[in-house]
Amino acid sequence: MTAKTSLLTPDARTKRRNAAEARFRLYGLIAVAVAVIALAGLLVSIFGNGSSAFRQTTLHLEIPLPEDKLDKSGTRDLEVMKKVTTIGYAKVLANALEAQLDAQGISVEGLKSKDISKFLSEEAPATLRNQVLEDPSLVGQKITLELLVGGRIDGYYKGRVTRETALLDKNVSTAQLDLADALKEMGLLHTSFNWGFVTAPDASEKRPEAAGLGVAIIGSFYMMIVVLALALPIGVATAVYLEEFAPKNRFTDIIEVNISNLAAVPSIVFGILGLAAFINFAGLPQSAPIVGGLVLTLMTLPRIIIPARAALKAVPPSIRAAALGVGASKMQSVFHHVLPLAAPGILTGMIIGLAQALGETAPLLLIGMVAFVRDYPGAPMEGFFDPATALPVQIYNWTQRADPAFVERASGAIIVLLIFLLAMNAVAILLRRKFERRW
Amino acid sequence: MTLGMVFLILAALALAGFFLGRGRALAVAGGDARRLHSLPSYFGWQAVLFLALPALGLTALAAFGGVLRHPATGWVALGLGVIGMGAALWNTGTEVRARNIVETCVKGLLILSSFIAIATTLGIVLSMLFETGQFFRQYQWTDFFFGTVWQPNFRGGSDLGILPLLWGTLYISVIALLVAVPIGLFAAIYMSEYAGPKFRSFAKPAIEMLAGIPTIVYGLFALITVGPMLRDYFAQPLGLGTSASSVMTAGLVMGVMIIPFVSSLSDDIINAVPQSLRDGSLGLGATQSETIRLVVLPAALPGIVGAVLLAASRAVGETMIVVLGAGAAAKLSLNPFEAMTTMTVKIVSQLTGDTDFAAPETLVAFALGLTLFVFTLGLNVLALYIVRKYREQYE
Repeated sequence: MTAKTSLLTPDARTKRRNAAEARFRLYGLIAVAVAVIALAGLLVSIFGNGSSAFRQTTLHLEIPLPEDKLDKSGTRDLEVMKKVTTIGYAKVLANALEAQLDAQGISVEGLKSKDISKFLSEEAPATLRNQVLEDPSLVGQKITLELLVGGRIDGYYKGRVTRETALLDKNVSTAQLDLADALKEMGLLHTSFNWGFVTAPDASEKRPEAAGLGVAIIGSFYMMIVVLALALPIGVATAVYLEEFAPKNRFTDIIEVNISNLAAVPSIVFGILGLAAFINFAGLPQSAPIVGGLVLTLMTLPRIIIPARAALKAVPPSIRAAALGVGASKMQSVFHHVLPLAAPGILTGMIIGLAQALGETAPLLLIGMVAFVRDYPGAPMEGFFDPATALPVQIYNWTQRADPAFVERASGAIIVLLIFLLAMNAVAILLRRKFERRW
Repeated sequence: MTLGMVFLILAALALAGFFLGRGRALAVAGGDARRLHSLPSYFGWQAVLFLALPALGLTALAAFGGVLRHPATGWVALGLGVIGMGAALWNTGTEVRARNIVETCVKGLLILSSFIAIATTLGIVLSMLFETGQFFRQYQWTDFFFGTVWQPNFRGGSDLGILPLLWGTLYISVIALLVAVPIGLFAAIYMSEYAGPKFRSFAKPAIEMLAGIPTIVYGLFALITVGPMLRDYFAQPLGLGTSASSVMTAGLVMGVMIIPFVSSLSDDIINAVPQSLRDGSLGLGATQSETIRLVVLPAALPGIVGAVLLAASRAVGETMIVVLGAGAAAKLSLNPFEAMTTMTVKIVSQLTGDTDFAAPETLVAFALGLTLFVFTLGLNVLALYIVRKYREQYE
């Protein structure tokens, strides 16, 4: 006999209604669960694909720099030495690697000399060349460098390339993988944190292992400076005017409706505006952070004005009345008392608006920021007009390339982007926690 | 002179001007600030404003005239600024109402700032109208609005019918709403009516995080995870298609993206329904779910419809998810596992790369943009209208 807690025996209808209640509740729980699982799936997919972008395989190589190859004249004259292209340096590298293999007694079956020369990244000769041109006295000596290996070899240590896929892939041979294993055993090949990913510029289609986010991060940073410098004063000024000074008439009504509508305009429309107004009409350069910053400013403005107005509205009227009562002008009461009290709320809204602007892609595509840029933009003010890319656009760019190694790079770049966004939002939350006042 | 130098010099001059202005005012008053009409610092601010306004105004004009980087611009801006500052310093005396001058200037600046929002809208509308007009001069508007073939050809003779793009846009948006509305609504109901504070404090930020993730991230998610998964487990076994990018891929991922829009707006609206209505219903013996279905939701309906319309306008205007997830082929087809394309994708593809702003193939992007703008604006205005008109007033 089970213990009964109630004397009531539910009839069929009550049971049905209770079951419906339980079902309804379950639907709600399922909906929340689906949303949370979708978030988790998204993050797992991105982090799973992208975390390996932060590690990179490099080869520790001793390179003799023969004078007869790199500087035939023997004058160490830079102009003469520049005539030796990366192809010449690639040969030097291949010879160095072969010599090292002989010296260490490593022999791999079926390894052709082409495999050896293709073992290193195409970026490696350029690295060496830059090093030599920077210090011509190195020629004739022996130097040791950490050089990038090819994208496929790198992928071998990240699980992207296996011996089975290598058989089908004309860009890598199993002999190269054997060579990699042998070098790894000797301790010459190792995987370490990939600083180049965060600092290096983008690289061409053929060398995903060298592609980095340096230019994109600077470009995004410049755009954020422009947005901050323009959107904060303009946004706050608009909010102050509408909230504190504007008479209630038809005209201010239009402005208000207009702002709330602008907040809902698709971002790509702002890209079209930027293209038509800033590039075609005003003649500003394409791909420049200044144009991106202006477009993002216009896009972010309503998203700053709305929380700023809410923050101003939250300051109680007694503060204004007290200021006016001791003889302050209207302007003084606003700028000396109301605005400082509303500042935390305004700043929080500003940071969240900036974070949204940082992740925005579509309008930037239209103003030419998709271009392939390898040169870092210059120092501020002039640098705002140099071509650059932005973080989200760089991600888009990498998704459009054929080599699967770029998927890893794109996901890694998203991790960098998400870290920036997380940091900004954390600052916003901290600000709110620390300074929020309830009146 | 570089622009950076101009700004640095201006900043230095402004600093100097402030102290000069203040010092001069004090000197005029013989060191006794009470004899001045305005506080001495207002004379300082007057100097700063008279320096900065002409200089920065000229720079802004130069930016729009396309001569921002002309070497003379900086000199002229500085010259104007110095003249203005001189005028401000000259305009110093015990009877001068510096505070009123400064406050009038500041108020003017505030009004000017609030004009920028209007100027933006005007800029959007005018720039697109102008280019769309150019487009319709070269291409029949009937062919654009009623054409069923989209086949741009940069050598001329293109078919630029909007219908396949409109169809793709609507198809994807409908799928996205079918995902987002039930999930978002039920999540909102659960969180506002059932969940305890502990569950809420975890689930609400998690769902709102979905709104903070940039769309390019969703796009990549669609491209590398959802697309291949749908292809391998649904489309290919069912024989419906072999493409990883499809209407379904983009629709599902976009649905996830707009869940938080539906849920957080609905959450607010449901919370705004007064407790007395619930208490009345529960007191009559209704279960909690019956109360929600028959009392709370009807009361919140206008707001929820508004939220759904706003979500729909987000879905229609979304770009990166469809660029990466939906494909590029303009098709009129019912199969959700086939790649289709949207207006936003075509705006991007027609306006990136080498573009010739005289060709209809490029100009069509502006017509598409205008259509998109009108479409989303219509949805937003409708949403606002419904919310305002049918909102229940509780006191």
